[in-house]
Amino acid sequence: MNDLFTLVDWSRAQFALTAIYHWLFVPLTLGLGVIVGIMETIYYRTGDERWKTITKYWMTLFGVNFAIGVATGIILEFQFGTNWSNYSWFVGDIFGAPLAIEGIMAFFMEATFIAVMFFGWNKVSKGFHLASTWLTAIGASISALWILVANSWMQYPVGMEFDPETARNVMDDFWALVLSPVAVNKFFHAVSAGWVLGGVFVVGVSAWYLLKNRENFLAQKSIRVGAWVGLVGTIVVAYTGDGSAYQVADKQPMKLAAMEGVYHGKEGQELIAFGILNPDKKFDNDEKEFLFDIPIPKLLSILATREIDGFVPGINDIIEGGYADKNIKGEDIIALSAQEKMERGRLAIAALADFNTARQNNDTTAMNEARARLDANYEYFGYGYIDSVEQLIPHVPFVFYSFHIMIILGGYFLLFFILILVLSYKEKLQRLKWLLWIAILTIPLGYVCLESGWIVAEMGRQPWVIQDIMPTFAAISKIEVASVQTTFWMFAALFTVLLIAEVGIMLKQIKKGTEQN
Amino acid sequence: MERNEVVGKSNVLLRVVRFYVEGFRSMTLGKTLWAIILIKLFIMFFILRLFFFPNILQKNFDTDEERANAVIENLTNPNQSHQQHSQEL
Repeated sequence: MNDLFTLVDWSRAQFALTAIYHWLFVPLTLGLGVIVGIMETIYYRTGDERWKTITKYWMTLFGVNFAIGVATGIILEFQFGTNWSNYSWFVGDIFGAPLAIEGIMAFFMEATFIAVMFFGWNKVSKGFHLASTWLTAIGASISALWILVANSWMQYPVGMEFDPETARNVMDDFWALVLSPVAVNKFFHAVSAGWVLGGVFVVGVSAWYLLKNRENFLAQKSIRVGAWVGLVGTIVVAYTGDGSAYQVADKQPMKLAAMEGVYHGKEGQELIAFGILNPDKKFDNDEKEFLFDIPIPKLLSILATREIDGFVPGINDIIEGGYADKNIKGEDIIALSAQEKMERGRLAIAALADFNTARQNNDTTAMNEARARLDANYEYFGYGYIDSVEQLIPHVPFVFYSFHIMIILGGYFLLFFILILVLSYKEKLQRLKWLLWIAILTIPLGYVCLESGWIVAEMGRQPWVIQDIMPTFAAISKIEVASVQTTFWMFAALFTVLLIAEVGIMLKQIKKGTEQN
Repeated sequence: MERNEVVGKSNVLLRVVRFYVEGFRSMTLGKTLWAIILIKLFIMFFILRLFFFPNILQKNFDTDEERANAVIENLTNPNQSHQQHSQEL
């Protein structure tokens, strides 16, 4: 069993490493795409050649990031077939369809219009060039949509029916998948987070020019565009983040409990604005939850239930059950205890085994009976693999601190962009060298914030690879640990080289400034 | 009429090809970026994909029915498959 968990851990580490590196490149592409589109729109409307120079400058940095990051996500798909074969088979076309659409759309939209964007200056009309730039930016966002739809299905599996003959989930409602509230919130949250990073990046690089007293026109104009995009992005992130948290409260209450470090929930639950977790706290002891905390009364109830005295279950409540809840179909139920769910899960797994035994014996009556038992318990299928309730609790400190880092940095970005805009319009920014330095140092904070968001989403849903249906350790392939370890280090080396290349080329281009154009 | 259409289409095609050829020729930084992209794709598809990331079910089973049965076995006998796995390791 220990070997198995070593294999699971290495496979998870490899997937996390790949996803985290991939997510370094993607949001900057999303954010810079929009910023470059706005800059070129200004050039198109004003005819001012200086805006063309600005557009081409940021387009170059967009191109560097795009080129280094392109296709890094494909490695995740390799891992599905090798490391996660049970999962890969089990999800069937539900995961395959959005990823296939993503691949086709990404190829046709981005490959076509990015070529016009870079090669088309003075060769196509200004309007067509502008349209190509925007279509490249929109194409990148649409690519992200399909990836996020697939991811959202794992967090909230809807629009499918399980086929016990093939052991695959079959999509029966494409639009339920695409328009699930989890997918909609996640898409806008992730894309607008890219705008925030794009804003932080453009403001930070421009601040460096102001400190060096170089490229002043470019820097001053870029700061305004970047800060506006960043500000709008931050507001959309906050709005969709609230929507996401509401969905998490409804569909993944254990994740919310871990995000807020709540063990014993209550009506009128406070939100922890800042806290230091008690490392000795476990779900089965009476230790205090926090060594230090700053709570905001009732706010978590308002955010999670839209009611000032709504009940928010904690980790212990979810394990013990017995509170008013909704099932996956949205029907009012009394929450089952973890033990009851585990029993139902075992019934579902036994029913799947019985179904296939009956199928091999051509016993239709037994097949129908087993199928009925499976359908009745399928929503708890994954709980059948859980040995102890402790396995149902994600790593609370990891999730809690990642969530709070994300929230605190989100608040910081809001103030940062407002301050930058106000001082920029008052034309005082260039004199405030300390603020320019802060703007430069804010660039890495943008990445920290976005990576923290992914960690909350992916660590918070553990142990599930598909919420309630399949735990991560049941998704794994029977392969050698050594092979996963080997490829882990190969990926680490490959991605680190790519990152060094990206940073090196970016720094070189930034030092060159607009002379390259 | 038909001949004009064919000539027109081939002109459009030629212009598109020329657009890309001239674009690639005039690249400066782009050449470095394309080199990185091609090296990366080579490593990913011809080294990692071929030698390190086989599709396990495709490799080990010939038909979808066999693959389904293998997954059903893994899902319905998790402890047994875990023990087998530990022994294999």
